[in-house]
Amino acid sequence: MRLELRGITKRFGSFTANHRIDLTVEPGQIHCLLGENGAGKSTLMNVLFGLLQPDEGEILIDGEAVHFTNSGEAVRRGIGMVHQHFMLVPVFTVAENVVLGFEPVKSFGRLDRNRAREEIRHVSQTYNLEVDPDAVIEELPVGIQQRVEILKALNHNAELLILDEPTAVLTPQEIDALMEIMRSLAASGKSILFITHKLKEVKAIADVITVIRQGEVVGTAQPTDSEGDLAALMVGRSVNLTVEKEDVTPGEVALEITDLVVRDDRGLPAVDGLSLSVRAGEIVALAGVQGNGQTELVEAIAGMRPVESGSIRLRGRDVTNATPREVLDAGLGHVPEDRQLHGLVLSMSVADNLVLNTPRRAPFARRGSRNLGAVAQNAGELVQRFDIRTTSIQSPVASLSGGNQQKVIVARELSRPLSFLVASQPTRGLDVGSIEYVHRQIVDERNGGLGVLIVSSELDEVLALGDRIAVMHKGKITGVVDPSTSRETIGLMMTGAHAEES
Amino acid sequence: MSDAAVSVSWWARLRSRPALVTVFALLLGFVVGALVIVTTTASVLDAWRGFFHSWSAPGHALKLTVDNVGAAYRTMFEGAILSPSNFWHALTTGHGWPLALTPLSETLTYATPLAIASIGVGIAFQTGIFNIGANGQAILGGIAGAAVGSMIHLPMVLHLPLTLLAGLLGGVVGGMVPGLLKAYTGAHEVIVTLMFNYVVAAFLILTLLSTALQMPGQQNDISRTIDGSAQLPPLFGASSGLRVNWGLFVAAAVAVFAWWFLERSSLGFDFRVTGANPQAARASGINAKAVIVLVFAISGGLAGLAGVTQMAGTTHFVDGGFLIGNAGIGFTAITVSLLGRNRPGGIVLASLLFAALGVGGRAMQAATGIPLDLATVIQSAVVLFVATPVLVKEIFRLRTAPTAAVQLATKGWGS
Repeated sequence: MRLELRGITKRFGSFTANHRIDLTVEPGQIHCLLGENGAGKSTLMNVLFGLLQPDEGEILIDGEAVHFTNSGEAVRRGIGMVHQHFMLVPVFTVAENVVLGFEPVKSFGRLDRNRAREEIRHVSQTYNLEVDPDAVIEELPVGIQQRVEILKALNHNAELLILDEPTAVLTPQEIDALMEIMRSLAASGKSILFITHKLKEVKAIADVITVIRQGEVVGTAQPTDSEGDLAALMVGRSVNLTVEKEDVTPGEVALEITDLVVRDDRGLPAVDGLSLSVRAGEIVALAGVQGNGQTELVEAIAGMRPVESGSIRLRGRDVTNATPREVLDAGLGHVPEDRQLHGLVLSMSVADNLVLNTPRRAPFARRGSRNLGAVAQNAGELVQRFDIRTTSIQSPVASLSGGNQQKVIVARELSRPLSFLVASQPTRGLDVGSIEYVHRQIVDERNGGLGVLIVSSELDEVLALGDRIAVMHKGKITGVVDPSTSRETIGLMMTGAHAEES
Repeated sequence: MSDAAVSVSWWARLRSRPALVTVFALLLGFVVGALVIVTTTASVLDAWRGFFHSWSAPGHALKLTVDNVGAAYRTMFEGAILSPSNFWHALTTGHGWPLALTPLSETLTYATPLAIASIGVGIAFQTGIFNIGANGQAILGGIAGAAVGSMIHLPMVLHLPLTLLAGLLGGVVGGMVPGLLKAYTGAHEVIVTLMFNYVVAAFLILTLLSTALQMPGQQNDISRTIDGSAQLPPLFGASSGLRVNWGLFVAAAVAVFAWWFLERSSLGFDFRVTGANPQAARASGINAKAVIVLVFAISGGLAGLAGVTQMAGTTHFVDGGFLIGNAGIGFTAITVSLLGRNRPGGIVLASLLFAALGVGGRAMQAATGIPLDLATVIQSAVVLFVATPVLVKEIFRLRTAPTAAVQLATKGWGS
């Protein structure tokens, strides 16, 4: 399918989200739409998918102008969308999810499971997408769930696939698998519109790159262009992609974890006899495929998950099975993995969120009564210092972009006296500008003598930040290596091979 | 930015205010009420039937409609707030003030305990807790207050505060039961508090029939009358005949306290954080169990205070029908709190509205024969529209965010 967008403009009140956007996707082409969070990528895709109506401009499919008033019409014209957050029913099987809304039926309206299964087999064989039709969605890894979403779109005879930030939730291995799928789809003639802000992926897969910034197309680029050039085009200024790290001599041990055992929600040991120590003035980056106990480890350190056995010591103080309050008072800074679930109260103001875990600390409160003047002053200073983009310190934090929400958490954690910092997926879902900023802040803290533990599923981040890299597999540390270690070696260790063996 | 702000008209600014949904919901509620009057009054219905039958001029039917709806709402207004003729008479002659002020006095009398109980429910809602047991807690407050007010004899300066305190503590006890159960066993507060109301209602009868609280020489379920020193005195003296009493100041103090508590206190901040995002609350070091127990103590305490205010200010005793059935302010409080967006200021206004509709509805029934149930229809319709802001916004082309109150109130069940 050949898709052409001509002069698409979409306004929300006085705000122009898309301004005269031109874009052409040729059949069999992988077209990347590159832009920072809030640049207008999602708005444009929603216009294309019929979820929003453009104020100006037109959409042409194979040269014919089309108007979608809802997504069903877009689907019928061969457009398929894989959303960032999957639209799957967790308790249904793969087959049931794929045929949902277009179910093959037997007499009396009974679902024809065999035909559904056959349809899936057919589509997955055609495009080489391995999935067990009878597997229940909630038991599948995220990467496979995404595959089901793609299958769903293909089953509706999609000729153009829109993938909205598809890699944000994937592990490196899953990303490779997805790229493979995208290539084979393109080879069979499908057009792909790939939305992302990750430069490496763009370079790896794109045929054509369109960069948008603040709702306008600022240029097209070639996959052969350097990452620095792409980033500059996307952000509008030159950005520093490597993290400058001065040499710092690490001090005494700040975090000492010994033989730690922590169970996950199902009662299985997710952290299984793990030992790790991090010294002051040192960043230890914890690498590993997601789901190997990183989440449970961090929750145990933060006092949010009971410790079965072993111990956690923070600057010599035993904080094993301490409450979150005790751990916070011991000076632990915590940037949680899921910022909207654990890090922020979205309906509350930026100012309140900036004192979320220190509301009683002087000068924010006195004898049980809050000092809103001090809270506002604190917010004013932090918004300035950490460059948090918000219309007002009283705006709800939900109105901020993802990057700025993360800056609120980082600002809050780094603005109080810390004895240690744990940051989990600190830049997940952030754009280049914000990543650069958050990395700088973390390195500055380490330069100031703070011990830091970074947990990240992005190998780039692990390699860029870590003074030492600890690799975690099935609840244990398989090895601690130098950041100069090759990606292949670290990748092998992620699968359980020990450092000395590899 | 500033250019855009200037060019935005006052109307655009006004119509983006969330409170406007409530105002329009109120308007729609009265429209629904008018429709009910039209469709249930035989003469009006006949006139319209005639119009559709013969396509005669609609003048007659229209006039009857306006007359009937007008009379209903006029008598409602005069019964709940002010009768212009009575007021004018009092103003010109200097006599008849009690008569002119009776409607307002009645509305305030009904609004007083309702506002207190609703604020208690609202604080719980803001913490993400459904306190459906406010009515039972209020009854316990009334019983405790009646016991202290009638069986101890003290000078007023001690007796009245002690009576109110007893009521408050009665409510605290009533709130702690579901609070502790939820905090330490995970029992769902909706089930526990809902059932708790029935337990208390039975407890009330039992107390009145088999304890020293029963009026001596009585076989019925009625308590002793509390001492004059334990009563909330009428605002304008007993001779005025106006029932509005010092409970009004109790309600005002509760509203001010609740505003301070929620907006300015550290504990109130913990409550709001817990209500908006329990996971973030936990990660931020807030002790969830303590919050649950405390919010039930406060919410129950305010419900108890509402019960004792009703008892000490208006009835001066409790009987088997105390806060039962239509008088169940603890149940009405849930709706009132929702209507007031769980905020003290909004709840005070919503209480006044509900009280006025109830009091005015009675006057309307007496004057026009339209049943009191119309007031309930209007109350329910208003709440229905407040709970469906999308509908109201569509009808009036408003541009507000979905109301936080409704989001909050529709959460909770799953947790």
